[in-house]
Amino acid sequence: MEGLLTQPFLTALLFGAVTAGIPLLLAGLGEQISEKAGVLNIGIEGMMLFGAYTGFVAAYYSGSFGLGFLAGGLGGMLVASLVMLFCIRFGLNQIVIGIAVTLGFEGLTSLLHHFQFSRTYPRLSAAPTLAIPGLSEIPVLGPGLFQQNAMVYLAVALVVFMAWLFRNTYVGLNLEAAGSKPAALDAAGVDVLRTRACAVLSTGFLAGVGGAFMANVGAGIFVPFMTGGAGFIGIVLAMLARGRPIWVLLGAILFGVSLAMTTALQVAGVNIPTDVVQMLPFAMVMLVLVIFARHSVLPPALGLPYVRGDR
Amino acid sequence: MSIETKVDSLPGDPFRGERAREIQAAILRVLIPILAALVIGGLILLILGKNPLEYYGYVLRRGLLTWGGLQETFTRMAPLLLISAGLIVAFRAGIWNLGCDGQFLLAAVISAAVGPALIDVLPRGITLVACMVVSVLVAALWSLIPAILKSRYGINEIITSLMMSFLGISFANVLVKLFFADPGTTVPQTRDLAVVDRLPRLFDTTIHAGLLIALAVVILVHLMMTRTAFGLKLQVVGANPAAAIHAGLNVGWLTILTFAISAGLIGLGGSIEILGVWGNVRADWNPAFGLLVVPLVFLARFNGYAVIGFTLFFSALMIGGDSAARRVGVPSDFVLVLVALVLIFLAVVEYLDHLRRKRTTA
Repeated sequence: MEGLLTQPFLTALLFGAVTAGIPLLLAGLGEQISEKAGVLNIGIEGMMLFGAYTGFVAAYYSGSFGLGFLAGGLGGMLVASLVMLFCIRFGLNQIVIGIAVTLGFEGLTSLLHHFQFSRTYPRLSAAPTLAIPGLSEIPVLGPGLFQQNAMVYLAVALVVFMAWLFRNTYVGLNLEAAGSKPAALDAAGVDVLRTRACAVLSTGFLAGVGGAFMANVGAGIFVPFMTGGAGFIGIVLAMLARGRPIWVLLGAILFGVSLAMTTALQVAGVNIPTDVVQMLPFAMVMLVLVIFARHSVLPPALGLPYVRGDR
Repeated sequence: MSIETKVDSLPGDPFRGERAREIQAAILRVLIPILAALVIGGLILLILGKNPLEYYGYVLRRGLLTWGGLQETFTRMAPLLLISAGLIVAFRAGIWNLGCDGQFLLAAVISAAVGPALIDVLPRGITLVACMVVSVLVAALWSLIPAILKSRYGINEIITSLMMSFLGISFANVLVKLFFADPGTTVPQTRDLAVVDRLPRLFDTTIHAGLLIALAVVILVHLMMTRTAFGLKLQVVGANPAAAIHAGLNVGWLTILTFAISAGLIGLGGSIEILGVWGNVRADWNPAFGLLVVPLVFLARFNGYAVIGFTLFFSALMIGGDSAARRVGVPSDFVLVLVALVLIFLAVVEYLDHLRRKRTTA
């Protein structure tokens, strides 16, 4: 047990928390955009998984991590365009399509991986890191937080950008209107369906990048079903954050730390089932909900297709 | 005037014609999407250089046409039906209980723990019933937190039930690994319930009696929701909570009750799967039926009879797809692609049908 508070342990814990938290952050931020615009995007798990696959394949054959992220984002966007077509254009049930998309891409990525790599799991070289001068010299915190892949800093910057976008721009207002009073947005001359389509595509891009991060930076390999519910955690984060990006970040940190804790504790030789630690963030969030029970705020039009003139 | 129409209706019996046409349309609404999905799925197989006809032949043979496969399909239906029944109650009452996997697994582990412990002291019948009762109670209890948070504070149950599901899955694993692990095995799993002590088999088949329970429950739930005052109350809550309050219904209490019934039925599914098929729970076992059943219940429009048909189809697809994949040489996960395609095409045809009806009424 005394090995727990040593410097290498804490550094590994921090580093692991960031690596595990970034995909959740990206998924949560992405889901937040959709939910704000009134689309309950349950298919985000499928977007992450397909992004992980396309991102991995691109990085594997090109050797470029930047290209990997781009391909991951585009992969996620491709899945999102299905959701856009069926749920927004046709107004089909978002839960049915969302789950169908998740199931379908779970199967498809497994299939593609099988025919591409057979039963082998090729590994990427370690992801490049970008040390922030000065900050990265701090003991424990430096190597843990400031010697990370460039995508980590980008993702955190995205939190600030999205907070600004939601609060200070017309884009943010339009998104919010599409989720809370789509008819008003329509009356103001803004295309509701197009606003929602853009939101869903952005979600797909972010979720795809998150998946690519998971495969390329986090694991270094692609394994079928590797997202393992991360998309659903993203949905939980987005709903808990009530439209505020900073809360998605805090939630992602919470979940990231406990995911990292499971591996870190094993390394330190503490012998408890990983499931106990995996329960912690969910138990904590539930506890917070029970103690500080607040009315949750969700966009009134969440999950409802918009049909002009319908009531 | 009424007499006139009555007389008119007698010779041709247009009501029966109407009814037949409705049924015909309903069948088409199901058959067309399935065919479309099979064609697209076949194209994917062709692109991958496999013979789709061979694959589908194996699916059909293994899922429905061989006696062994058909028994497996029927056996698989039991848990799916019970989860569907639980979801019908919740969804009709407008409550999005998405925590089915946690409730299912937790109930399964409880049955696996209680069964082998009780069988030493109690007769088989009492043991089995006791397992089911305890499992139902545990699953219902597990849904209490989302239920109370929803009814007291209006906290969205999608998040809370989803979180309780993750929590339940991990907790079930903790129970298997730390508390109910059989010391005699290396891989953590619960003590085994001997085959003779499990749910009785039906006649000479491998299908266990749980299937009958499941079928009865689905039909009862359907009748309860459509034919009784209680079911009507729940439907009012689901359709318009504000109106329900106005009508003097105790919405908070009904919400908690709905959650408990829903989770309890899902728990019964978990219990039956263990008592009928597995006899024990291995660590990290999670069939994740919830992800399949949720869209299935939607597509059946919360109708219990339609659920039975869909469940039979998807069970046959899962059972047949598994062995067909092995023979043809594609990963067994290909069946997920087929399931997704069927779901999407069912939704699309539903949409086209809706458009057509709107055009004819307008």
